Amino acid sequence: MPASSFMNAVSVGPCCAPNPEIVVSIAPTVACPARQFKAAIAAAGKTLRMGITETINTAMRRIPAWPLYILGVLPAIWLVWLGATGGLGAEPIKALEQGLGKKALQLLVLVLAITPLRRFAGLNLLKFRRAIGLLVFIYVTLHLLVWLVLDVQAPGRIWADILKRPYITVGMTAFLLLIPLAITSNNRSLRKLGPVRWRKLHKLVFPAAISGGVHYLMLVKGWQIKPVIYLAVILLLVATRFIKRRRSVANG
Amino acid sequence: MAYRWKNDLKECDVTPEAAYISRRQLMAGAVAGMGLAGLGQRAQAEALEPNSWEDITSYNNYYEFGTGKDDPAYYAHTLKTMPWTVKIDGLVDKPGDYAFEDIMARMTVEERLYRFRCVEAWSMVVPWNGFELSDLLQLAGVQPGAKYIAMETANRPDEMPGVKYRTLDWPYVEGLRMDEAMHPLTIMATGIYGKDIPNQNGAPLRLVVPWKYGFKSIKSVVRITAVDSEPPTSWNKANAREYGFYSNVNPEVSHPRWSQATERKIGGGLFAARMPTLKFNGYGDEVAGMYAGMDLRKNF
Ligand code: HEM
Repeated sequence: MPASSFMNAVSVGPCCAPNPEIVVSIAPTVACPARQFKAAIAAAGKTLRMGITETINTAMRRIPAWPLYILGVLPAIWLVWLGATGGLGAEPIKALEQGLGKKALQLLVLVLAITPLRRFAGLNLLKFRRAIGLLVFIYVTLHLLVWLVLDVQAPGRIWADILKRPYITVGMTAFLLLIPLAITSNNRSLRKLGPVRWRKLHKLVFPAAISGGVHYLMLVKGWQIKPVIYLAVILLLVATRFIKRRRSVANG
Repeated sequence: MAYRWKNDLKECDVTPEAAYISRRQLMAGAVAGMGLAGLGQRAQAEALEPNSWEDITSYNNYYEFGTGKDDPAYYAHTLKTMPWTVKIDGLVDKPGDYAFEDIMARMTVEERLYRFRCVEAWSMVVPWNGFELSDLLQLAGVQPGAKYIAMETANRPDEMPGVKYRTLDWPYVEGLRMDEAMHPLTIMATGIYGKDIPNQNGAPLRLVVPWKYGFKSIKSVVRITAVDSEPPTSWNKANAREYGFYSNVNPEVSHPRWSQATERKIGGGLFAARMPTLKFNGYGDEVAGMYAGMDLRKNF
């Protein structure tokens, strides 16, 4: 399958993705449970679009994206402030590290949700995606810095930990995958790369998010439910892209 | 037999935190000024600065109340510690349900200022109050055939919100080899800083084995059983690759997911430095002999 046919089917683009309804309409009408399910979702989405979604979308069009950067970094500043003033309890280093990691993961989930929200609920939050994506990167970077500077401390142990501790290796992989996305998250890069290559590159967010979720699952002790839920949600959100891809393959 | 082990710092009898610290400072001044006896032990005593009551009672691992470090402090108040009985059974002469008050009436409570090293690479220094486990075992009369001691934590879904989740296979169980259980350093703690031990720290009585990782020191004990073979232990059951039966503090054997070479003492703030972890948590002189000839990498 040429990459471009996938591109056309998946609306991951920043602005010029095709309307998903068009794709639905060209699908052959052979009875298939998956398709019926999807049709039902599309119908539900359509009804919703008439009501609340329309109102929200109209309102969103009036709200600029830039305040999100400021709002987004406030929790980080708050966490550091708490840590410095004794508000994070007896072990502020771990608390700060975990707090920043948790925020990074939550923002990643939000970023992944934007395309499915538009497809299945008609909710258009595309214009906020770049800001949220960059906030993910800011939080992961701070998370990594806390680990480097406050937690591990000894430079000799940094490499050893990255290589020897699988959950660190996986976390580091997620971080590395996010670097090219952060660098190319501006209009100039988008123009330079062209939308097709740009979208292809930004698919790295899927392995990055899965790695982030796996990283969390690997680092907890015992059998804990929260990391399982996070990873399940991430996989589900990634899977929504996959459903479409398979149909577009079937359609040739 | 009580008083088989002495703290480095002998003046720290059962006193409230404020008095405790001022007396320590007074002591240090006295030693410096008048050259009193005990000078040689001062250096080590200085390193054993106890953590604050606040630190010790707000940063806990007690998964029966949740996996967050602050969960036990929030939720453990629901645990009913009165009345409390400890079932002592297995290979003992006098098996039965021992009421907590009856145990306390027979035991000699003393203060033990111990380092406490968690398997997660953090540590504290805690002024416990408690009695030697060997005294309690002698009360029940351990039979010659008994080679290990098994212990069990209370398992009360109504009072412990965390046991609704299968984080571990409840009830929490732990165990010691008989020589470890009988060792003078091994105590059942019933207090901290001279106050009753708070629920989040394992009220009304919990094991403290200072040369082993913290999870060996089982909390809120309801059952003690003398057995003839190595008993199952909770973390070992959950992940045998990561948690062994012995779990002696050992900077040379790393946890598969992190190094055990260093630790961070709780309470040092945002810029607390790591410090080297001591083999057997610094109690090697007292306990290393029990493991002579054993491969501590295999028996981790
Ligand atoms: C996309 C990248 C990443 C995400 C989404 C992420 C997310 C998380 C999350 C959710 C936690 C758990 C917080 C909690 O327990 O509540 C965590 C903990 C942690 N992460 Fe990351 N992380 C990422 C990258 C990294 C990197 C690059 C490193 C270091 C090289 C790292 C090191 C750690 C450490 C040391 C912990 C704390 C483990 C502990 O509790 O002892 N993470 N991270």
